[in-house]
Amino acid sequence: MTSEKSKWLSTPYVAWSIMFILIPLCMIFYYGLTDKSGAFTLENVAAIASAEHAKALWLSLLLSLISTLVCFLLAYPLAMILANLQVNQHSFIILIFILPMWMNFLLRTLAWQTLLEKNGVINSVLSFLHLPNINIINTPCAIVLGMVYNFLPFMVLPLYNALSKIDENVINASRDLGAGSIYTFFRITLPLSVPGIISGITMVFVPALTTFVISTILGGSKILLIGNVIEQEFTQASNWHLGSGLSIVLMIFIILNMITSAVFDKEGTGLI
Amino acid sequence: MNKKLADCVKNIYIALIFLFLYAPIATLMVLSFNKSKTRAKWGGFTFKWYAELFENEIILEALGNTLLIATLSALIATMIGTVACVAMNGMKKRSRAILLGITNIPMLNAEIVTGISLMLLFISMGLRFGLGTILLSHITFNIPYVILSIMPRMKQLNPSTYEAALDLGASHVTAFFKVVFPDLLPGILSGFLMAFTMSLDDFIITHFTKGAGVDTLSTKIYTEVKKGIKPEMYALSTLIFVTVLFLLLLVNMTPSRKKQS
Repeated sequence: MTSEKSKWLSTPYVAWSIMFILIPLCMIFYYGLTDKSGAFTLENVAAIASAEHAKALWLSLLLSLISTLVCFLLAYPLAMILANLQVNQHSFIILIFILPMWMNFLLRTLAWQTLLEKNGVINSVLSFLHLPNINIINTPCAIVLGMVYNFLPFMVLPLYNALSKIDENVINASRDLGAGSIYTFFRITLPLSVPGIISGITMVFVPALTTFVISTILGGSKILLIGNVIEQEFTQASNWHLGSGLSIVLMIFIILNMITSAVFDKEGTGLI
Repeated sequence: MNKKLADCVKNIYIALIFLFLYAPIATLMVLSFNKSKTRAKWGGFTFKWYAELFENEIILEALGNTLLIATLSALIATMIGTVACVAMNGMKKRSRAILLGITNIPMLNAEIVTGISLMLLFISMGLRFGLGTILLSHITFNIPYVILSIMPRMKQLNPSTYEAALDLGASHVTAFFKVVFPDLLPGILSGFLMAFTMSLDDFIITHFTKGAGVDTLSTKIYTEVKKGIKPEMYALSTLIFVTVLFLLLLVNMTPSRKKQS
């Protein structure tokens, strides 16, 4: 195809991405770096240091790191088991993890309220078995649970993809050469699955860090994450400048995450 | 014996994870048959909510909006994305890398940031918030999914077949639709399905780009979260889930049957 022709064909998408991806991002920077009169200021970005905002950011970072770690620890053994199953079940396994997404995610998160409540389903079962009850609804624990629940598939699928690509002969060779299964795992399996680990971490960490829905539904109304603060600035307080300034801070963390993944995943095999 | 034990542990582990993933879904399905209006209590079995669902105009309108936006945005995104892939294939390496980098932005960026940025754009453009602004936003975040599912197929294409068609006298358009398009079709279809699903399930971006009075199912549910969800909503989501499950099973069964025969 001539390059003349491809230039003409690419026009719609180039125009669209400038209009609806690049310009909107510039708008956030414009609003975040100006005050209401339109003068340049760093105040909106610096507002993250105020006690209330810093606390929300700190809590968001803490909870999203914990849920990323929990997702990883739950998903890795699972992905290993699934990868060792027969190959022709590949699409079926992916299906099972995508299927829950067809039930609205707000409703699925809400269902955890019913399950976790003081007299909820889980506590009824625990009482029946004469086990101590759990009271985690409206606490940070419930938010972590909600995050792990919602984002676990995003960790399992890349790990499963990476692990099922590993050539079995490499593992057999390591065994033949006298390595034990633990040694083989840390020297062969784990390093070869790094691209999957990286893209799994990215796909869990970013949405967990920026969520405001899970904290609203499972955290009661008292626990504010950075996402809640930004959402309120836009929908209730109507201070777009402050909201944009805080979004810029959030983007810094997202970019840091992207740079880290780029460093670890040099081959660019990440992202699904 | 040892291997048996290991298999047993593995199976228990898988079962526990599935319990974790599907427990909320089972809960919602049970709630859709619950006579009592509150979530907390079981008041007996009923089909009442399913009957009332079809008389609840507010929910039906939200459902209509959701399906309309999902269909239109997936269609338009698929068209723009397909053309973009064909165009990118003919581009120089550098400009293609830049364009693909920009394509990744909506996928890597936080949804809340994408939502806010589009909201600020629409405000500055003076657009009226409503179905139109939701549609524009959904097309925007759908295009990357389409491009990502078509691009791998594009790379596998053999450019000689297209040139052969031209040599044999086909026009560019005929050559594209007879030679290139059939090879891309699986990628295009999976891109469309992915875009449709993403649009259907989206809440955050819709939340920031919708106008007052216009609701999709997600935003409707969010406003109901604090007041208490209407049980008809459970009935509707159960119906949607069962339909999708049925369709997917049907699709998944067919190819394996072909292989066997």
